[in-house]
Amino acid sequence: MVHFQGDSCPIQLTGCPGHFPRKLTVVNDRGRLSAPGRLSGRVDADSGTGTATVDRPEENHLVPPGSLRDLALRHGLLEAAVRPPLRSYAQELWKRRYFISGFATARNVAMYTEARLGQLWQVLTPLLNAGVYYLIFGLLLNTNRGVPDYISFLVTGVFVFNFTQRAFITSSQVIRDTLPLIRALYFPRACLPLGYVLIELQQLILSFAVLFIIVVIAGEYPTPYWVFIIPVLILQSIFNVGCGLILARWGASFDDVSQLLPFIVRTWMYTSGVIFSLQALTLTFAGKLHDHPALAYLLQINPAAVYITLVRWALLEKYRDALPGAKPYNHTNCVLYRTLPGKYPRYSAYCHPSALPSIPSLWVWAAVWAVIVVVVGFVFFWRAEARYGRG
Amino acid sequence: MADDRPMVVVDDLHVVYRVYGSSADKGTAATALLRLLKRQRRPSIREVHAIRGISFVAYRGDAVGVIGRNGSGKSTLLRAVAGLLPAEKGMVYTDGHGALLGVNAALLEDLTGERNVVLGCLAMGMTTQETREAKPRIVDFSGVGDFINLPMKAYSTGMGSRLRFAIASAKSHDILLVDEALATGDAEFQRKSHDRIDELRQQAGTVFLVAHQLSEIYETCNRVIWLEKGQIVKAGNDVPGILDDYLEASGSERRFRELAETAAPAGD
Repeated sequence: MVHFQGDSCPIQLTGCPGHFPRKLTVVNDRGRLSAPGRLSGRVDADSGTGTATVDRPEENHLVPPGSLRDLALRHGLLEAAVRPPLRSYAQELWKRRYFISGFATARNVAMYTEARLGQLWQVLTPLLNAGVYYLIFGLLLNTNRGVPDYISFLVTGVFVFNFTQRAFITSSQVIRDTLPLIRALYFPRACLPLGYVLIELQQLILSFAVLFIIVVIAGEYPTPYWVFIIPVLILQSIFNVGCGLILARWGASFDDVSQLLPFIVRTWMYTSGVIFSLQALTLTFAGKLHDHPALAYLLQINPAAVYITLVRWALLEKYRDALPGAKPYNHTNCVLYRTLPGKYPRYSAYCHPSALPSIPSLWVWAAVWAVIVVVVGFVFFWRAEARYGRG
Repeated sequence: MADDRPMVVVDDLHVVYRVYGSSADKGTAATALLRLLKRQRRPSIREVHAIRGISFVAYRGDAVGVIGRNGSGKSTLLRAVAGLLPAEKGMVYTDGHGALLGVNAALLEDLTGERNVVLGCLAMGMTTQETREAKPRIVDFSGVGDFINLPMKAYSTGMGSRLRFAIASAKSHDILLVDEALATGDAEFQRKSHDRIDELRQQAGTVFLVAHQLSEIYETCNRVIWLEKGQIVKAGNDVPGILDDYLEASGSERRFRELAETAAPAGD
């Protein structure tokens, strides 16, 4: 076993004679021990160049002469914890695609292992939510006025919103959940929020199987429009990825985010037409929204409302046929709807209000939201890449 | 083994921890509100100056042992080299990324050992094919046996850290930082991990090892850094000499120099 290699030849007088005096000054600059001069310097035992007793506090033979910064830069070393350029970061991420999917699947399996009903909770939770909302808003408060087939309307809204909601809440905890992994291995951290969104997507597919059964029982039949659900969910997933990346960074730095998030998400749910129809609120005199067409328009182009409306439009034929503007304008029928929405829920189709975005414009919004949020989210997450796992 | 290309350059590094919520703050809602009103940042921040001006260079193929008493800054130094702690002053330069193995036992504790192996390999950038090939070797190396199908939270500390080391060392790393992770293994595992570290060094990686068992440092490392209160007391290639000085300073008998001299003729 060879221990005395001396290859950096720190103070070998014969090995690198020119460096010796310079080396000493460097060390003297650095040494700041409280008891200077107590320790004595020694020369590498096997170099056999005698003993040179040097009066200095710190005996560091691992510092070569010259500027360390220059040495590092000359050999192409980078600052530890510097984030890679955006392009190579994206490439690294692509290389880890099997890690992302494997991580999602493994987490998905492990998530409910301690619950007796296991994976069933993935469907039971949104169903129970929908049940509670139906009880309170459908039966007690009679919010279903102006919507044909309220149950399908409500369950679709809850399931679609649940997808984004879950992605939000889980992503805000992802960095904390996986600290040991982050600290042990190097990989692009964006894998983790991506994996979490993928978990939710896997769960969504199961939820949609249940949703199809529910709407068929409620009286809907499969139509070719159901195909449009796929592009909507793809756009929504992209949007969720963007949100997940943003929240993952926030959640990593402040614990306050996960405390606050449930309130933000709940407010968002009520303003996105999950439980009641924004279209009906805009047309009828039930609330205040009909007085504020600009606000009504803004609420309807908010990302959650866009994805929910598009899925309902694709999935529910009765909803599609009753959407304002679906039939030629008819003043009498429109007035009937606006005054008696509970009695003539389908007559909303005869109204052509200006404050309602059309379905084609909603498609544009769906794509615009997805692209903007995912680009912003990716850059935002990447900028803090070097800081995850610290603390 | 070592060549002259530097792998880690630490240039006058200072690390300061900020500890929130020390004794002065009662941590009640009222004090939190008062703090907001007074526009104070956080409850009484205490600063702990953990690393005070450390400089050294480690080269490809080096195995650097870090010794010192509890609280001398060993783990902090390793985390700074891994890029997990920001430098208050000075800089750490590295060639590549560090993998830090600490004492906490699991990677993803609610997943089975097997899943952890697969995910760990994929995370390190292996392909699915490479992962499939590496898996039996890793499981075999870790020696956890049938436990591989149980969640990692069911593992003993020793088993967990063995599996972690097996996963992390399955791929050659630029910089491998081992913080007491091998201490919990048994004698056989320590021998195997020692061999594995030698292999990693031959693949031009650099290994840092924090251990309280000095014999582990003596057998594995070609350089050693002795820290005291965040500063270097001694650092160099004379591993037995520095270990002996450290032993003497902590009131024990010197023994490594003698060990090296008796072992050298046979070892060469």
